[in-house]
Amino acid sequence: MIARDSPEPDWARGYYRAQNKLKIKSHAMSETELTHSRVIASARENTGGHVSTLALTTHRVLQWLQSPRPYLMFIGFSLFLGFWYLAVEVWKLPRFAEMPGLTAVVSEWLSKNPTYGLSIFMEEYYLHIWVSTRRIAIAFFLATAIGVPLGLFLGWSRRFKQYVFPVFELLRPVPPLAWVPLAIVMFHGSETPVIFLTFLASFYATALNTMLGVESIDVSYIRAASCLGAKRWQVFRHIIVPGALPFIFTGLQISVGVAWFSLVAGEMVSGQYGLGYVINTSYTMVRYPTIIIGMVTLGIVGYVTSAAIRLLGDYMMQWRTRELALGGDR
Amino acid sequence: MSTQPLYTRAPMPIAGTSTQANREGGVRIIDVVKMYGTQDTGVLAVDHCTFDVPAGEITVVVGPSGCGKTTLLNAIAGFHSLSSGSIYLDNEMLCGPGKLKAEPGPDRIVVFQNGALFPWKTNIENVAFGPIMQGYMTRKEAFEKARGMMADAGLHGIESNFPGEISSGVRRRVEIVRALMTDPKILLLDEPYRALDSLTKSVMHEALLEIFYKNRVTIFFITHDLEEAIFLGHRLVIMTTRPCKPKKILDIDIPHPRDYSVLTTKRFREFMEETAAAVHEEATKAFAAGEKER
Repeated sequence: MIARDSPEPDWARGYYRAQNKLKIKSHAMSETELTHSRVIASARENTGGHVSTLALTTHRVLQWLQSPRPYLMFIGFSLFLGFWYLAVEVWKLPRFAEMPGLTAVVSEWLSKNPTYGLSIFMEEYYLHIWVSTRRIAIAFFLATAIGVPLGLFLGWSRRFKQYVFPVFELLRPVPPLAWVPLAIVMFHGSETPVIFLTFLASFYATALNTMLGVESIDVSYIRAASCLGAKRWQVFRHIIVPGALPFIFTGLQISVGVAWFSLVAGEMVSGQYGLGYVINTSYTMVRYPTIIIGMVTLGIVGYVTSAAIRLLGDYMMQWRTRELALGGDR
Repeated sequence: MSTQPLYTRAPMPIAGTSTQANREGGVRIIDVVKMYGTQDTGVLAVDHCTFDVPAGEITVVVGPSGCGKTTLLNAIAGFHSLSSGSIYLDNEMLCGPGKLKAEPGPDRIVVFQNGALFPWKTNIENVAFGPIMQGYMTRKEAFEKARGMMADAGLHGIESNFPGEISSGVRRRVEIVRALMTDPKILLLDEPYRALDSLTKSVMHEALLEIFYKNRVTIFFITHDLEEAIFLGHRLVIMTTRPCKPKKILDIDIPHPRDYSVLTTKRFREFMEETAAAVHEEATKAFAAGEKER
């Protein structure tokens, strides 16, 4: 720092002031940014040059617990459940007359001997979850295996897009439910039609997002690669695929969401077992608490699948995860 | 126009550098015209442009934003075709009659305005990219060379970071090292320091000169910053506003190696005075034209 009484000429004082400003500027990293880079630096030391994903994750979980976010989330849940409880069981609002109350649902769900036959202690409950998840997994896998390459080629080759995209765009607005009759006619049994419907919804979201991902890639990257001597297929492998990855994963998140959506629709129409089937049969057989159990279970399982994909995306896009981690504000 | 075409002139000696002067990478631009759109409704971007980029020197093209200088660079790099005219690299035609678009290749590497390090590759993977793609080095050899070159450029310790983790100034340096990895004949720099603040910029200028003194690679540098242009360049080409053609070409005879003390010399100010009016005039025209378009 400058000593106040130093006999400097005016210009020198200005110079020092500028220098100090410079210092301040170069140190103007936010506190979070500093902790992040410290964590990354120490993690890198410990693992010999590579940031371990575990260290970053632990750090982020700790940060999350220190922030107000988990507590706000808790309050949010409490308000929602509290309103449900009050509306049904205390105030007995007219709209909610037929609705099972919070306590009824929870006690049924956690009961060893459930009145309507479905709780966390019944094997059948897990069979339903397993059947639905299995259908989602098959449909999602097929949609990804076909949708990602299709989207990549749609974005990459203008000619291919001119052939395929109009057909794609014409089929895409047709809701999966409209395919139900055709699906039943085309595929035998009860399993394949449901998987087909689930696949359809997923497939459109994946393919479309992948295509947009390719189109979003800055042309400078492609030009730089061709400058450096990359052939066309090398550009595809090293620029197009990784460049589209962020969009692909956005697409997969949407895709798994709509997969659950059309799965339940499919299971309500045809099929035995599955959470959609549980909800539908519980309705016809007037087992109202079981409907809610099915819905809540769908919510939880759906969230888990979506989070799993997000984790996979973080793992496959280390560069992006680290960039965001360094960005501080999240 | 300068009095004589200096396509392959005797290289200017640089005090204190022992490296043999590079005689490669000279570019001759002859009567180049680039028109976007059709003959009647099109926009003329480059208008009968003729000048030389001498081998082993830094040629700086100055002109108002959007004047068409990037179009010229893209034509040399092989991203755009010409409407007419021809461009030669070391007496070999890159593009011209019968072949209006050059092939992009590792002899002419572009450093882009907004940077084009691949964010999904680590810095060292970026630097090693060219030789691996071209297949003349194994991954191991390329990494070894990349590590050495990065260390030479003062970029030690960030090899396994991603570009998103380092500052934009450092990113630019990594990108220049990536360009030099493939031993290009000419570097094409398209306003590479535009997005940097002026303090970082001044550091980058000296770093670029240092790299130039080491490698003596021919540099074609585009900017709209006159001070930067005179500080870096052997040769200054001032462009008119759209359509762009050389308005004034002059050689900056301030001796190399240069450092920042050059900025305060009399000679530097003389060059500023000599060129500022011309650049300002074009900038004013560009501004007025912009107003009219709206």
